Amino acid sequence: MGFALTTEQFDAFLAGLARDYDIYAPKRLAGKGAFSGTDLIAYAPVQSLAEIVFDRKTFYSPKEILLPISQTLFYFTEEAYREPQQQQRPVIIFLRPCDVHAVKRLDQIYLHNGDQADPYYRERREKVKFFVMECTEGFDSCFCVSMGTNRTGEYAVFLRLEADRVLCDARPEFTPALAAYGREAPFTPAFIEQNKISVKTPEKIAPAVYGHPLWSEYDSRCIACGRCNVCCPTCTCFTMQDIFYEDNPRCGERRRVWAGCMIDGFTDLAGGHSFRNKYGERMRFKALHKVYDFKKRFGDHMCVGCGRCDDVCPEYISFSRIINRLAEVSDDE
Amino acid sequence: MNNPYLPVKAKILDIQKQTAIDYTFRLAAGLHVQSGQFVELSIPRVGEAPISVSDFGDGFIEMTIRRVGKLTNVVHELKPGEELFIRGPYGHGFPLEQFRGRHLVVAAGGTGLAPVKSVLNRYYHNPEEVKSLNLLAGFKSPADVLFAAELEKWAQKFSVTVTVDKGDENWTGNVGLITGYVQKLVLSNPAGTQVIVVGPPLMMKFTIREILGLGVPPENIWVSFERKMCCGLGKCGHCKIGDTYVCLDGPVFNYTRAGQLVD
Repeated sequence: MGFALTTEQFDAFLAGLARDYDIYAPKRLAGKGAFSGTDLIAYAPVQSLAEIVFDRKTFYSPKEILLPISQTLFYFTEEAYREPQQQQRPVIIFLRPCDVHAVKRLDQIYLHNGDQADPYYRERREKVKFFVMECTEGFDSCFCVSMGTNRTGEYAVFLRLEADRVLCDARPEFTPALAAYGREAPFTPAFIEQNKISVKTPEKIAPAVYGHPLWSEYDSRCIACGRCNVCCPTCTCFTMQDIFYEDNPRCGERRRVWAGCMIDGFTDLAGGHSFRNKYGERMRFKALHKVYDFKKRFGDHMCVGCGRCDDVCPEYISFSRIINRLAEVSDDE
Repeated sequence: MNNPYLPVKAKILDIQKQTAIDYTFRLAAGLHVQSGQFVELSIPRVGEAPISVSDFGDGFIEMTIRRVGKLTNVVHELKPGEELFIRGPYGHGFPLEQFRGRHLVVAAGGTGLAPVKSVLNRYYHNPEEVKSLNLLAGFKSPADVLFAAELEKWAQKFSVTVTVDKGDENWTGNVGLITGYVQKLVLSNPAGTQVIVVGPPLMMKFTIREILGLGVPPENIWVSFERKMCCGLGKCGHCKIGDTYVCLDGPVFNYTRAGQLVD
């Protein structure tokens, strides 16, 4: 059902929601950008419409709300261990259609890969509501249309920001709240239909593609910093880490922390073996995971075409170009 | 919540020193294990690592652990009566049904012998389950030979060839890479022979090449992969190769699948 709210009405609506929900949205963090004097657009708690950034893409994705960078799995003392108190409050996330699809990819790994769902992820995931921000123009590095992630029906509320009002399409759960602050108005969500960039994903990967010279360029161009991994809304990997407290070394905690396939140490085994030591091999592994392997296993591509990896790469490596080159050499082989 | 990450305590019943750096730990654990599966072994505040179960029986499991890292350095300092933490078992083991009534060749390099030890013990106790069994075990040096007592015991019931890459003045046995001894195998019926190959990546690669050269079809070859595995549950991503998760789909694979996997 459609609603129209003035900015003030929308803020009142948010304030009402804040009683029951933690609300996260793209926010401008002044001075936190990678370059001096620049701002970082990232996910943070918000209280008003003015704080929510609609005209920029976030540097980091919303995944950290569901999957903290470092998450304690349990605390231990000498004799016992106990699980941490989970967050109790439900969460609203303002995000774009591609990011909704990205959360579905996280679901695939954390809930459906193997026969045991991840209880920590599930706990948080069940409490999340999506408020989808209309995206009809996109940004320079986006290629969601090619990846089929430009549309989504999976939202609690869908919003369009106009000059002095917000148009919303709400699922029944949120219609009473919106009706209390705004007025009913016809509204049909729109989606982006064309990006500046389009990609063609490979249909079939021939064995020769694994050793193709295409990858060797990245041996030197990529510096294995892993920014693409941490900014990717669909990268899910983690490493287990035990720590103990300085004050009492007999007590500590087991955590999981984000890990990335581009970063040194990802495949290291005790005893010295490791795999994919060349950065080009890591690039090949990541590319195939995002646009081939994941689909083979689960049915959808992992990459959602958000383009964040291109935005953040310090070496100006373009993932959309990698996908197209991969498709080209796959057709040739 | 039902939390698969929470380990359970397991008391160390016994520790057998195999070599200077490989100890076999027997833990009290009532797990239902298949040969070839692994557990996540940990000491809270030190760390957790995947370790293959080398043997198991009523109320116990055994793991042969090499002292090579942060966790295993501490594990090696423990004494019987102390406790370790385990969760699992995880993964798919060896398809013993496929071996029933067939010729079986086991080629193991170094610690690769650990994950197949329970298979060998099974056929030691039930030799009628396979038509023949031929074990080739390669080690770096005489000091690295694992399960020396078992190797002698097994040799009473089936063919056992032990070789070391480099001997010493006291070594009177075979010297040379395991691949050389695979070449010398005489298989009466290659198509009816099942083969297990477990060891370091290069050893597996070249041993499989020799096995295929003997006329054994790829679908008769079974391998076990060692990878970093932080969860054992298909979530952490470290063990993924292509569309395959070693922790879920392996660690034991048929070569028709394993041969397609590019790290």
